[in-house]
Amino acid sequence: MSTIQPIAAELEPHPDVALVERVRAGDVSAYDELVRKYERQIFRIAQHITQNREDAEDVMQDAFLKAYQKLDQFQGNSKFYTWLVRIAVNESLMRLRKRRTGKTVSIDEDVETEEGSVPRDLADWAPDPEQNYTQAEMGRILEKTIKGLPAGFRVVFELRDVQGLSTEDTAEALGLSVPAVKSRLLRARLQLRERLSRYFRRGKSRKPAAKEPSAAKETGAEQ
Amino acid sequence: MTCTEFLALLDDLIDDSVTPKMRSELQQHLGCCDHCVVTLNTTRKTIEIYRSHEIYDLPSGLRERLHAAIMARCKKGC
Repeated sequence: MSTIQPIAAELEPHPDVALVERVRAGDVSAYDELVRKYERQIFRIAQHITQNREDAEDVMQDAFLKAYQKLDQFQGNSKFYTWLVRIAVNESLMRLRKRRTGKTVSIDEDVETEEGSVPRDLADWAPDPEQNYTQAEMGRILEKTIKGLPAGFRVVFELRDVQGLSTEDTAEALGLSVPAVKSRLLRARLQLRERLSRYFRRGKSRKPAAKEPSAAKETGAEQ
Repeated sequence: MTCTEFLALLDDLIDDSVTPKMRSELQQHLGCCDHCVVTLNTTRKTIEIYRSHEIYDLPSGLRERLHAAIMARCKKGC
């Protein structure tokens, strides 16, 4: 029986399918459930791409409104969330484009300059590196660190490692190939590790966060 | 296995998507390369830290305000 269960699980429709059907039938409260379920994730994706809080708020609202208006176009071949992320990514890029007065902006921006091997900081980390920092300091360190990566790396890392999407769903949501997602994920992980090493390495004495240089400067990242 | 070959398979090892044969080769490399042990452990820790500290989280007040704005427009047909 144990070999049959996973197959049965795969055939089980995703819970969002029923919610989408209810919305299509005119039940707005079902859309309320979908918004509540995904609003925090969509906000984070928008913030990763735009790097601007107000833009992320606007993108989040516009993405959910656009998805609502276009729900009839949702085929159901992909997951609702994957489709929604794609809308949010496009809205985020449009927002960036506006800020840069029409200059072309894509999720691939800066990625090509990041080819090549990542240097390795080989020092081990303290056993529990987070204990040297307060929750607020940790938040600042993590934000500063990930900001030093190209947007195309940040979003792949957020979708795959933080939100737990599969490589295939991430590729679909971002309009990338599976090998491109894999390559970006590896480089994102290694670069974040490298940059965090400066804070977390064994024997590292704690410094006030305000005095620490930016992650981009420390690693000489191309921005 | 060289360190470069190990690094190329690091994600597959972390994501637990390696064959038993490949896993054994990776383990063999780890047995004699402290640098790759550090890289593996600290990369895992990097992912864990980002998962447990949700950056760019929506404060509940803002979340409710944005949620209400979205739903009000949906009810009006956007």
